[in-house]
Amino acid sequence: MFLNQFLFLAAILFCIGIYGVLTRKNGVLMLMSIELILNSVNINLVAFGAYHQHIAGQVFALFVIAVAAAEVGVGLAIVLLIYRNRRSINVAEANLMKG
Amino acid sequence: MSVLAVIAQESALSDQGAWIANIFFYAIAAVAIMAALKMVTTQNVVHAALYLLVVLTAVAATYIVLGAEFAAVTQALVYLGAVMVLLLFGVMLTRAKIGIETDLDHEQKWMGALVAVVTGAVMGYSLWEAFGDVKLPADQMPQTTQQVSDSIFSTYIVPFEALSVLLLAALIGAVVVARRD
Repeated sequence: MFLNQFLFLAAILFCIGIYGVLTRKNGVLMLMSIELILNSVNINLVAFGAYHQHIAGQVFALFVIAVAAAEVGVGLAIVLLIYRNRRSINVAEANLMKG
Repeated sequence: MSVLAVIAQESALSDQGAWIANIFFYAIAAVAIMAALKMVTTQNVVHAALYLLVVLTAVAATYIVLGAEFAAVTQALVYLGAVMVLLLFGVMLTRAKIGIETDLDHEQKWMGALVAVVTGAVMGYSLWEAFGDVKLPADQMPQTTQQVSDSIFSTYIVPFEALSVLLLAALIGAVVVARRD
């Protein structure tokens, strides 16, 4: 198996995630796209860990999973706060600080 | 779990096994990419969450093909279990409509698509240049949970403890931010 198979899968998922983050207005959908991006990075880490026969790849993938869990918790709390204050989670409307 | 690990192990050892692993991989990759595309284009928030579930499962399967069992199980537990429930709660608490919703996307979608395509082109070109014909080692062994735990609790003990503190901080932070008063 080529290493590139996994790297290309990760790159494609990463780009789809970028598209999602840039086009979605709904806060929850943006968070989902960010999860997609983090997962594609994890594929890279595990693939390089398998390639170098080193455990660090998998360990760092686990760390990324834990940080992503923390990120989604805080992110959803912020989205809920925006919803409570503005009655909408349309991120295009959250432009209070726009100059 | 162990059956799939054996397949992953066998696949590394013989030519025929490598062929089977390749078929596995391409099936998984096709499912992941299709589901990811549906996730960013669907107009239904709950469907998007369920498509994300499919992508996360496919990523866990990719880990198994790569012989990373513990990462696969953790992916299943944390993402499929915890994060999906959190996201669905987010959908519920923000009272998104269950069903087709209009106005989920920005008007300038093509700009996002442009950025994604250009990023993909740059990454694809550089990956092709750097790892064009690099193969995974043929005698690749699955990385066992024992190795992972030995590594986490010796070499990576400091990042691990920092991560514990980060999780606690995120927990308290989320409660403080979302609390109603």
